[in-house]
Amino acid sequence: MTKKKKTMNLNFGPQHPAAHGVLRLILKLDGEIVEKIDPHIGLLHRGTEKLIEHKTYTQAVPYFDRLDYVAPMNQEHAFVLAIEKLLDIEVPIRGQFIRILFCEIGRILSHLLNITTQALDVGALTPSLWGFEERETLMTFYERVSGSRLHANYFRPGGVHKDLPRGLSDDIHLFCNNFSKTINDLENLLTDNRIFKQRNVGIGIVTKQEALDHSFSGVMLRGSGIPWDLRKSQPYECYRDFNFKIPVGKNGDCYDRYLCRIEEMKESVKIIKECISKMPSGPVKSIDGKITPPKKKDLKNSMEALIHHFKLFSEGFRVPEGEVYTAVEAPKGEFGVYLISDGSNKPYKCKIRAPGFSHLQAMDYLLKGHMLADVPAVLGSLDIVFGEVDR
Amino acid sequence: MSTKSADLQIIINSGLTTSVKKSVINLNQLFIEVDSENLISVILFLKTNEKCRFKQLIDITAVDYPENEKRFKIIYLLLSHENNLRMQVSIKIEDEQHVPSISKIYPSANWMEREVFDMYGISFKDHPDLRRILTDYRFEGYPLRKDFPLTGHTEVRYSEEKKKVVYEKVKLDQDYRTFDSESPWYGTKYVKNEKQKKKITDK
Repeated sequence: MTKKKKTMNLNFGPQHPAAHGVLRLILKLDGEIVEKIDPHIGLLHRGTEKLIEHKTYTQAVPYFDRLDYVAPMNQEHAFVLAIEKLLDIEVPIRGQFIRILFCEIGRILSHLLNITTQALDVGALTPSLWGFEERETLMTFYERVSGSRLHANYFRPGGVHKDLPRGLSDDIHLFCNNFSKTINDLENLLTDNRIFKQRNVGIGIVTKQEALDHSFSGVMLRGSGIPWDLRKSQPYECYRDFNFKIPVGKNGDCYDRYLCRIEEMKESVKIIKECISKMPSGPVKSIDGKITPPKKKDLKNSMEALIHHFKLFSEGFRVPEGEVYTAVEAPKGEFGVYLISDGSNKPYKCKIRAPGFSHLQAMDYLLKGHMLADVPAVLGSLDIVFGEVDR
Repeated sequence: MSTKSADLQIIINSGLTTSVKKSVINLNQLFIEVDSENLISVILFLKTNEKCRFKQLIDITAVDYPENEKRFKIIYLLLSHENNLRMQVSIKIEDEQHVPSISKIYPSANWMEREVFDMYGISFKDHPDLRRILTDYRFEGYPLRKDFPLTGHTEVRYSEEKKKVVYEKVKLDQDYRTFDSESPWYGTKYVKNEKQKKKITDK
């Protein structure tokens, strides 16, 4: 009797703890070797782009918090930058500094979650417990500045909603001083860990050419040795004035991407410290009264302020006709917004370019020929959050 | 970056000559419009030409203009790492017209085209696997078209009698209301308008 080759179809997810959300993978297996992967996404599709078309520009900002919900403010950033470009307004320097400060906090939030859950996927439990404690501290900073831990709605067209409350920058500085110890602890647990290395070194290798072909961005690109970071190459806000390095990987495997993320967290801490020490004084949002709402204090005794406030929160502001694409270096890669305005108070079209979408697409080619056990390891290092993939 | 975009415009206009229907630089970004028949050759030129090198496809998206004869505009966002440049290529097509797929040139176009198909119902010729991607299994209609209602057509609930999830027509206790709060007055002077006027008078 001849041995017949048998392939097995396996359903992975949509409710699987290692799927990082609601991902359904249809795996075609030959024994334990993966032959084909067909990811089914869209289980968290909420029609964000359609909803945004029916909301004014100010009302649309909170939808961006709900995309990549582990680093909300980075998403808002891309949208408000697009609006500001169309409106042709400038953000005051203090506003820009505060934005950078919170974008870098978002980066640490996202990388902490990713590194620790990636470790969890390959069997290390402790890092996630230590990492989540720090995330909680960072989210209290979010809360103190915007009122909520996750869905901040803090970046507004023209600047940020409010100035930093008293004492916050000191507390963030204190956190930064202690945080390097946490990074060291995490590294002690993982970087030279035999099991962690066995599960990650040489797994999911991406060459430079493939990284370009598959529209990778962020760590997925840098892990393969392409030094490309939008904060350096196409600087927005005042990233130009900051001193930081771009960590680049060598082999393009899961382990290199992990190392890149660790280094990026260290760089982010540096940026935050520099940001706090150089924080200029002045207004935090544009002084253009037709775009940004007046101070609460003025509402009580200025008729004009009251009218402006009412008009801004009912009609909103009109954005001149035009189309623009703006991108920011979100923790997961290039997050972009393609905004088309028809001159009214609502966007005509708002396309959201999420980095995770193209990363997830490459699952099939990344895992062909790998073992089943490598699926969660690669998935973990892709840094997928379903809020942004499904939109 | 604006000067670089202008240089690029010259290179592209001389390299592609008649294929380019329109090219504009707006807010430092180059937009070109081509015919859908020429799309493949234009994209190939942009990817391989020594001076362009747009090696990465950032995204594909479509816009619906129901009042136009050529209803959809499809936009390809390209990025060149070597030249640190971005550009947009767009084509205009009619309803039910097929568009050549560029998934052979950029493998990542696969899902992006699937998304455009899912959201706008635009089908791509020679696409390896044109299925819906984001919407539910057995979903009908194309949600991002302007004539698709925000509330959708169907809603789901768990039926206790049938012991399964059932799809039903949307029933709203109250009609969906749009509040048109847009002011009919154009008296307000926006700062931008003043800036522009200043520029014009300065000239």
